[in-house]
Amino acid sequence: MNAILQAKGLVQQYTTAKSFFGKASTVRAVDGVDLTAKQGEVLGIVGESGSGKSTLGRMLLGLETPFQGELRYLGQPMPAPHSPEWRKLRAQMQLIFQDPLAALDRRLTIAAQIAEPLEIHGLAADSELDRRVAGLIERVGLRPDQAGRYPHELSGGQRQRVVIARALASNPRFLVCDEPVSALDVSIQAQVVNLLRDLQEGEGLSMVFISHDLKVVRNICDRVAVMYLGRIVEEAPSDQIFSDPRHPYTQALVSSVPKAGTGLRGRIILQGEPPNPAARPSGCAFHPRCRIAAPACAAQVPALEYNDGRLAACLKLQPKLRPAA
Amino acid sequence: MSFVSIRNLRVAFDGVQVLHGIDLDIGHGEAVGLVGESGCGKSVTWLAALGLLPGKAKIEGSVTIEGQELIGAPRTGIEAVRGARIAMIFQDPSSSLNPVHRVGRQICESLRLHRGLRGDTARTEAIRLLDMVGIPSARTRIDLYPHEFSGGQCQRVLIAMALAGEPDLLVADEPTTALDATIQAQILDLLSNLRRQTGMAMVFISHDLGAVSTVCDRAAVMYAGRIVEENDIGRLFVVPRHPYTRGLFDAIPELDAGRARLHPIPGTVPDPRQLPQGCAFSPRCTAASRFCKEHQPDLRAQPQGGLLACFHPDQVRAETKQEVFA
Ligand SMILES: Nc1ncnc2c1ncn2[C@@H]1O[C@H](COP(=O)(O)OP(=O)(O)OP(=O)(O)O)[C@@H](O)[C@H]1O
Ligand SMILES: Nc1ncnc2c1ncn2[C@@H]1O[C@H](COP(=O)(O)OP(=O)(O)OP(=O)(O)O)[C@@H](O)[C@H]1O
Ligand code: SF4
Ligand SMILES: [Mg+2]
Ligand SMILES: [Mg+2]
Repeated sequence: MNAILQAKGLVQQYTTAKSFFGKASTVRAVDGVDLTAKQGEVLGIVGESGSGKSTLGRMLLGLETPFQGELRYLGQPMPAPHSPEWRKLRAQMQLIFQDPLAALDRRLTIAAQIAEPLEIHGLAADSELDRRVAGLIERVGLRPDQAGRYPHELSGGQRQRVVIARALASNPRFLVCDEPVSALDVSIQAQVVNLLRDLQEGEGLSMVFISHDLKVVRNICDRVAVMYLGRIVEEAPSDQIFSDPRHPYTQALVSSVPKAGTGLRGRIILQGEPPNPAARPSGCAFHPRCRIAAPACAAQVPALEYNDGRLAACLKLQPKLRPAA
Repeated sequence: MSFVSIRNLRVAFDGVQVLHGIDLDIGHGEAVGLVGESGCGKSVTWLAALGLLPGKAKIEGSVTIEGQELIGAPRTGIEAVRGARIAMIFQDPSSSLNPVHRVGRQICESLRLHRGLRGDTARTEAIRLLDMVGIPSARTRIDLYPHEFSGGQCQRVLIAMALAGEPDLLVADEPTTALDATIQAQILDLLSNLRRQTGMAMVFISHDLGAVSTVCDRAAVMYAGRIVEENDIGRLFVVPRHPYTRGLFDAIPELDAGRARLHPIPGTVPDPRQLPQGCAFSPRCTAASRFCKEHQPDLRAQPQGGLLACFHPDQVRAETKQEVFA
């Protein structure tokens, strides 16, 4: 499979405004990420809140300039945000995020919102516009009579379909979906997940799927990257990562998903608090919460590398460097 | 006798009926889950039971604690019973911790209100509670403000406040929904440990069936302001019988399953202002008959255990068939 998007050493940092108590601090939201999105593949990104998933997603679309690192789209360097080259690419790359209501214009009908990108990118002649919009409405499973409705007249799942229809209008090749089903009820979630799968399978769309719902990620993703404090700590095909997680954080994450009928048995309960990106622990950032951490883990930053055929960033997985426990 | 008994509880806002007659019993020390999609009435059920709905809400029916009626009782009476016996952790976090007061002060206030503790006694007890819910260095952190705690820790502080009155029943409304998976696991673990330590009963409101199954003995499934099925956790998860319960299970992907396509429930939850005739689930139900579209199924006890409101439930065994129209 060819790469559609390649990221190398991506870093993003934000300077937070001076707080009441202290001085301005710098947060490394993404701290050196190498990642390849392959054509026709769904790549999942999971991890704790604040681990940098959304920031990474925005950088992958070129919506934010990375502080460091490089990004290649189909082998070419990603143009600077808002440059004419970038605008041309935008049609091919779309973002779908959590809150469909915020993504839609309350004053415009569904049909008008879906037509907008077609008009902006000059993708349909006036005579063709209605037909194209009707086609998109049908493709995402909305009814033709809903074309004249306004966003507030639709349910959450239907609104998310409108957002997806609009994203599809410009025939994108690459979608970043940031928590696209989190705000939806389970029965509706399944409708939207199936729709995304249809699009991906039927049209070979490439997708990055960001979510904290591991069950949905398991269902839709071919490959999954797990983030912790701005870094990828494990990456593997979805079949492997959920059945045989290697990194201690991934193990805790996978085991934390409640399973019907098993009660709380066998769950790894992490001690300690979620990490604070403004006060990154030394060495392996996970070490204060890690069950198997050794003294060396507080001193040395583990690289994301292959051991035993699996890609993970943990010192204890490296045979040569395995610290004395 | 059950500890709390809810009978035919109905609630309307501005003439729109949102609860259509809830019957629910909570035994001493029992953990009961309440599940269902957004807007089905999970929170309203308990807010109504505890007299916490705004004045415009029209509430009918009965809620008793060990036989003592709460609905229609003078407000001061309710306050006394409720505060002392039942505590609630609210879904809406903004209504919960006061950002301008130190958490210790907020817990001490609870202790004064419910147990008459003051001064050093209250402070010592507050530290013990924070310790019990797993706040590290409780002794020093008792004087911090809510924003100085993480989301998971704020949830722990809220649990500590709820425990301040030594309640017999803790109603936890979506206590883990806003938290990360690994922190969720910590809080579920905490809640079930606390229940073991204190013997209190618990109502766990959640749309996460998996979470409910890990901490509850029994669960009730709600749809459009009614309970449609209720059973022991084991049976509910192994043989869900209401088409809606089944539908919920089928719609959720499994972590250890392959990548089979999901089975959504068609359509959407009905608008309470325009409920369909007959069974409210009938427009989305694959088993619905004409009868379902004209008649409202009652919640009935089933011979094999559990309660069910459906004219054509999933057949587990042949013998379940005849009782349906009985
Ligand atoms: N524009 C910004 N300015 C300052 N800090 C930011 C900005 N965007 C993100 N951050 C910080 O960067 C870190 C990563 O945030 P990000 O939103 O990427 O996390 P996430 O993994 O998407 O989390 P969640 O699961 O909660 O959506 C956080 O600490 C966040 O507070
Ligand atoms: N204060 C109120 N005024 C008017 N309507 C209300 C009020 N509170 C709740 N409702 C309505 O009552 C119904 C039940 O709401 P409730 O909050 O109990 O749902 P829920 O099952 O807790 O949902 P969620 O999972 O979203 O928390 C909804 O239709 C809601 O819009
Ligand atoms: S009563 Fe009828 S419509 Fe309602 S859930 Fe049962 S079969 Fe479906
Ligand atoms: Mg995010
Ligand atoms: Mg609620």
